[in-house]
Amino acid sequence: MPPFPEAAKRAVDDSQLRHNLAGATATIRRKRASVVGELDDWAELREAGAAIKAHTLSHLDTYLERFEAAVTAAGGVVHWARDAEEANRIVVDLVRATGEREVVKVKSMATQEIELNEALADAGISAWETDLAELIVQLGHDAPSHILVPAIHRNRAEVREIFRREMGAVGVPAPDDLTDEPARLADAARRHLREKFLRAKVAVSGANFAVADTGTLVVVESEGNGRMCLTLPETLISVVGIEKLVPSWRDLEVFLQLLPRSSTGERMNPYTSTWTGVTPGDGPQSFHVVLLDNGRTNALADEVGRQALRCIRCSACLNVCPVYERTGGHAYGSVYPGPIGAVLAPQLRGTASPVDQALPYASSLCGACYDVCPVAIDIPDLLVHLRTRVVEEHHGARSRPLDLLMGLAGWVLGDARRLAAVQRVASWSRRFIGRRGSIGRLPAPLSRWTDARDAPAPARESFRAWWERTRGGKQS
Amino acid sequence: MRVALFATCLGDTVFPEAPKATVRLLERLGCEVEFPAAQTCCGQMHTNTGYRRQAVSSVRTFVDAFADYDAVVAPSGSCVGSVRHQHAAVADSSGDSRLSRAVRGLAPRVHELSEFLVSVLGTTDVGAYFPHRVTYHPTCHSARLLRVGDRPLRLLREVRALDLVELPQAEQCCGFGGTFALKNPDVSVAMGADKARHVRETGAEVLCAGDSSCLMHIGGLLSRQRSGIRVVHLAEILASTEGDRA
Repeated sequence: MPPFPEAAKRAVDDSQLRHNLAGATATIRRKRASVVGELDDWAELREAGAAIKAHTLSHLDTYLERFEAAVTAAGGVVHWARDAEEANRIVVDLVRATGEREVVKVKSMATQEIELNEALADAGISAWETDLAELIVQLGHDAPSHILVPAIHRNRAEVREIFRREMGAVGVPAPDDLTDEPARLADAARRHLREKFLRAKVAVSGANFAVADTGTLVVVESEGNGRMCLTLPETLISVVGIEKLVPSWRDLEVFLQLLPRSSTGERMNPYTSTWTGVTPGDGPQSFHVVLLDNGRTNALADEVGRQALRCIRCSACLNVCPVYERTGGHAYGSVYPGPIGAVLAPQLRGTASPVDQALPYASSLCGACYDVCPVAIDIPDLLVHLRTRVVEEHHGARSRPLDLLMGLAGWVLGDARRLAAVQRVASWSRRFIGRRGSIGRLPAPLSRWTDARDAPAPARESFRAWWERTRGGKQS
Repeated sequence: MRVALFATCLGDTVFPEAPKATVRLLERLGCEVEFPAAQTCCGQMHTNTGYRRQAVSSVRTFVDAFADYDAVVAPSGSCVGSVRHQHAAVADSSGDSRLSRAVRGLAPRVHELSEFLVSVLGTTDVGAYFPHRVTYHPTCHSARLLRVGDRPLRLLREVRALDLVELPQAEQCCGFGGTFALKNPDVSVAMGADKARHVRETGAEVLCAGDSSCLMHIGGLLSRQRSGIRVVHLAEILASTEGDRA
């Protein structure tokens, strides 16, 4: 995976992708703005959401222990996973213990983060995604491009092709006369998935929220596939990031308003499923929660960075981000794309790789993401914070041209006399640039500017020199 | 009123017409304008690129130059945003508690031009004349960091002979983003190209904004496209009068 600037270049050049993304994000943006505008207490809700999450994170140890006790009391089993490898091993062992060779899955960011499907496949277990968009991605041998709308980069015609080509190989095939009408596509998916729901004995889910007081997990979704997975199988395994906790059932009141309005632009999501342990004779009779760290305690240790853990994965920031709109999710090289991915991924994974070093720079800092974030994560501020971390951890040698440029600029701007001297040289150099007020070509790394944009020529006379000439001696 | 002008490093070096216009405008409105010669830069370029340590000297220079003034005005939403929202953190990171205190005392007295005109001087009619079809781009830091709101538009609506036309998707970022334009040139240009297209759609002859940096980016694209559309800083339009050639 190349770092963001190179991956983004490819995406920007893909006109079909640009068209699909611009249309989809504009639609979701409009819907969100209109339903958020309906609530006159949105600002207070947002503040409450941020405060509940911040409080929970600062007492996370207490709430995690409370959650474990409540799950155990309700007949469930809690497993602790330090990292992806440990979490995958736990899930694989649990599935193996049932003797089953396949699982149905509710769309889950946590299981994507740890690449559970791949781990299950290595163990000879088939994992079937049941969310429509996730199914499209899986059948297309593709990666999700969006947190909430994983197949946002695909249009209907592409979906039809994928269904026709792939469904038959893994289950009920798409009908021969399938068109790209949404209703026909949904019908083909429904027939394909129903067979899997009715057959599967094991389900794997994530959770949107985990209630510490009662040990309850909560999943919100739009298609009903989640409810099918959570109720039909005999064994349910839920992989949950430790940051998903909220203290009490009452706190859900805030988030069940914030989440659907921010994510799908709906007043309420169609399905909200909650489950607490095991109920004899009803639903899964064996229930496991895998509590996943995988870098979260590292993020928690960073006083500025930890606010990223407030994220409720609504993806509002993706839909308003002008950078995401032009690149899509794949360019970010992380299961969490867009602005939140740019601050979350380098914290969860560290900043050792070129991909993670580039992510904090994948933003123009326009601030649109902060404005729509339902838990008020100051993403622009966090990006700058992480950029500082990248520079301090990796740019010590000052070898890169940009490092040199920044060092030189810092020295010049540190003192007005040095700045004035540079301005005199710049004004003087203007005579070599020609009469036009702009420059067509500059040397690297500034050629990155002039490859597509004219650059202004230095002023004939700096403001400072003009002031000195016209008002000189008047003051200071 | 005695006012200190913060010309900004870009205004001082590359776009002196914007700070010059700011001086003419403020003097016409009865202000006594001073230019503290020790000033350089707000340090935003360094802070936002992750070079926080190198930004400290800019912050110190800024405080030293402006500490004694009751009002500081700059023709840049972005630089004023940096002063108000970043200087404190940069100063704190230096461990110099005197600098931290000085920054916190000074920041509220630093104003972006449209804020200063409308909210401090209390005027929207500055007596300007500019006989052109103009469209306005609300730059991200003016709009989202400073929340200048409709103040620039209220000022433009009072300009004699000016035909103000609405810019489609005005609130979308132009893609400049400081060093983002160099670190991610392809995305930056893609965003700027969409912005330039919207500007052309308006049929305006002039694109106006409160930040020379964003205008440099959009203007660089419009110029490369030979669009014939000029970019002009808000200060220059507000400073123009019937006597000017405009």
